[in-house]
Amino acid sequence: MSDATSPHQSPGTDGGPPRPFAITLDVGSSLANRTGAWRTERPQYVRRLPPCNDACPAGEDVQRWLYEAESGGAGYERAWRALVRENPFPAVMGRICFHPCETACNRCELDEGVGINSVERFLGDEAIRRGWTLPAPGGPSGRRVLVVGAGPCGLSAAYHLALRGHHVTVRDGAEEPGGMMRYGIPAYRLPREVLDAEIDRILALGVELRCDEPVSDLRAELREGGYDAALLAVGAQLARNVDIPGGTAAHVIDAVSMLRGVATGEPPRLGRRVVVYGGGDTALDAARSARRLTGSEPLLIYRRSRERMPAHAEELAQAEQEGIAFRWLSTISAAGEGHIEVERMRLDENGEPQPTGELERLEADSVVLALGQSSDLTLLEGLDGVRAGDGVVEVDERMMTGAAGVFAGGDMTPSERMAAVAIGHGRRAARHLDGWLNDVPTADPPRGELAGFDALNTWYYADAPRTVRPLLEDVRRQSTFEEVVHGLDADSALYEARRCLSCGNCFSCDNCYGVCPDNAVLKPGPPGEPYAIDLDYCKGCGICAAECPCGAIEMVPEEI
Amino acid sequence: MSTRFYQTGTFAIGNRLLEPAEASAQADPDRANSLTKGHRACQGCGEALGARYALDAAVRATGGRVIAANATGCLEVFSTPFPESSWRLPWIHSLFGNAPAVATGIAAALRAQGRTGTRVVAQGGDGGTVDIGLGCLSGMFERGDDVLYICYDNEAYMNTGVQRSAATPHAARTATTEPVGRQTGNPFGQGKNLPLIAMAHEIPYVATATVAELRDLERKVARAMELRGPRYLHVLVPCPLGWGSDPAQTIAVARLAKETGLFPVFEAEEGRMTGVSPIRRLLPVEDYLRTQRRYAHLFGDPGHPETVARLQREANRNIERFGLLAEPGEDGEPGRRGDLLEILETDGGERG
Repeated sequence: MSDATSPHQSPGTDGGPPRPFAITLDVGSSLANRTGAWRTERPQYVRRLPPCNDACPAGEDVQRWLYEAESGGAGYERAWRALVRENPFPAVMGRICFHPCETACNRCELDEGVGINSVERFLGDEAIRRGWTLPAPGGPSGRRVLVVGAGPCGLSAAYHLALRGHHVTVRDGAEEPGGMMRYGIPAYRLPREVLDAEIDRILALGVELRCDEPVSDLRAELREGGYDAALLAVGAQLARNVDIPGGTAAHVIDAVSMLRGVATGEPPRLGRRVVVYGGGDTALDAARSARRLTGSEPLLIYRRSRERMPAHAEELAQAEQEGIAFRWLSTISAAGEGHIEVERMRLDENGEPQPTGELERLEADSVVLALGQSSDLTLLEGLDGVRAGDGVVEVDERMMTGAAGVFAGGDMTPSERMAAVAIGHGRRAARHLDGWLNDVPTADPPRGELAGFDALNTWYYADAPRTVRPLLEDVRRQSTFEEVVHGLDADSALYEARRCLSCGNCFSCDNCYGVCPDNAVLKPGPPGEPYAIDLDYCKGCGICAAECPCGAIEMVPEEI
Repeated sequence: MSTRFYQTGTFAIGNRLLEPAEASAQADPDRANSLTKGHRACQGCGEALGARYALDAAVRATGGRVIAANATGCLEVFSTPFPESSWRLPWIHSLFGNAPAVATGIAAALRAQGRTGTRVVAQGGDGGTVDIGLGCLSGMFERGDDVLYICYDNEAYMNTGVQRSAATPHAARTATTEPVGRQTGNPFGQGKNLPLIAMAHEIPYVATATVAELRDLERKVARAMELRGPRYLHVLVPCPLGWGSDPAQTIAVARLAKETGLFPVFEAEEGRMTGVSPIRRLLPVEDYLRTQRRYAHLFGDPGHPETVARLQREANRNIERFGLLAEPGEDGEPGRRGDLLEILETDGGERG
């Protein structure tokens, strides 16, 4: 308004024509009024810990890779790359993991948890199909690390150590790598070509694998091999046995040997009437394998009740569908040729089984014992400082044993015996081992604030049922070792990924940008880039935080 | 893409995965911001939000060729304290009650100039619309002028200190309906339902909306701009100051007004109902009333449970009259209808 003839000029300032009464100021925009000065609280974008990530034993950033997978197409590879930053076995774990992430999922409170495990498997299978390769290893560090055991923990550690540029040698006593993934988990749950593909990808990073070469004297190996450090992950391959009177006359074998025989193509002779003794996942694997080998329905005997069975519910349900018979609250008190004697138990006030003296005779051609496993720790003899007991090795918070530079993880350390836990151990041990080699202190990163269900504004999420995995027909499953649970197709994988609520982490829904009455939320970048708060105008009303679907905004007091 | 966004459904403002054409006008990084920042509305103002939603949608629908006439009220006061203006479209204010007449004049002038591509919007609060401007508005309807009138209903005269209007809901406390003695706030049996009054004029389009459902509001503005002649849009905009609600909960409160059945969201053409937004998660009216201090007297000790029950019956009557409980569609919303009906039976058996 610098034009001298403008009617909006005040006569007092530059002598223009007189203006109407009361109009003495130039018209301007309200942008001159910085309403940010009203504010006592400011919105702040935060990242909270999603329950899936919190629950994942392998330490995956589940929410992050689901976010990438939601794009479909090229997003699948980004998702897979985000996934293998932590876990190099998505196709394997997409099949055998007991997915505590899905149990923890906030979506369980809305309709049903997101089928995280199926999406993981879809991504793993896509990677194998398309030949995606793992990230290139870092430049050579000049350090040599010995990994003992080519199971999930050892291979996971080898992967993470190779990425850090260390020369890794993996030794294993078996003919082929994989540990319990190969010799313990039946092929109907994990086809061997999937396992091979994911192991080969790790070996392609330059990891040296020496099978059929057990380590029996670690101290000698370390000295002679010129290793700077070692990670022990020999697993728990020794079956625990019980003495069953008359057992020598009967055909009694342990589940570990049986599953190993099945895996190596030399299944044991079981006869027609098989009894499996135990209540864990191994017992169910043995029973379901026996079902396939014998064509008849095995009987599983467990001394506690069904509710106290340690096996996972999903495995139990599938076993029941396959026709496995169960006898709860029973022990095998004696065994003879072609029969066993079973004693009925009762639970005492502490929930412990107590004998009742009621005996019954059952026909049985063979008894498979699945009563737990322990580790063969003879390789540790002569190492100073290592403490072991009850079939496991003690490790500190860095996963190091009492011997300097000797780390351990997986089933041989005290923990839940699950492949996902072992993979997580491998990753953590590799980090700490790397820190130890470089003399850098390492601590596990602090866990963020959990994004619980209360942090969400669920109005914005549409309700949708979970995609149910197509199950093989029961009849086919019972007679073959074909894979039981089929994968998702691309459409349903995308659908599942998009059911993710993105708990505690912005997923770019534009709600904050749209609901601000003061236009004070800015969208500076392309879709998917973070939003920003225009603090010159934000009045601090908090609508953005209240209406954020995933709890990724919190209001923090201004310093006044 | 055929896969639906179950993460956000259609309830969020946008989504990074949506094509621009599928996103709301408010998700657009280059949206009009017809009402720009720096305005002096209170924290969490529903009216500021509603006005930007509605006018941005009108700008999008007309390619930016829209003129707004504004009645006196909060919206006018907080957006244009002389010499500042928050408006980024041609905008005029004259008097409290004459916005429809001013808009009529603008539309007549545009017609006389042959500029029929430029459209006219008139807007005001519930006071300027339901009380003071009703005569002008009825005349505008009756003459058939080509104007979209938008009422931002915050249910009282907020600008002057929260005095009752004919749109103030029953039992609400205002400066002029204090709960004193046996009187529990704004008396029952009074007030005007302007959407229904507008429908009685049999004008081309009448609709209600809330700031809690942006997609619905934008669609209604777009529909209105497809039509010619007088059109009326009534938007519920919570007022944290006058309602005594948490500024952060403005949208949540509007959502509750709709989900309890107290504020029916519907549309009508030529005087005939053409659609309703069904209740998605039915809740008892108490869940809505308790978010606002203007209803606090209903819940004190001893409180007025009979008044709460009476308000529940009003909600039930709306639900029945407007058919607000639609059958669950095939699109994912599971059948919650059984639970919904149970709420109705337990909280308000008899009809009001």
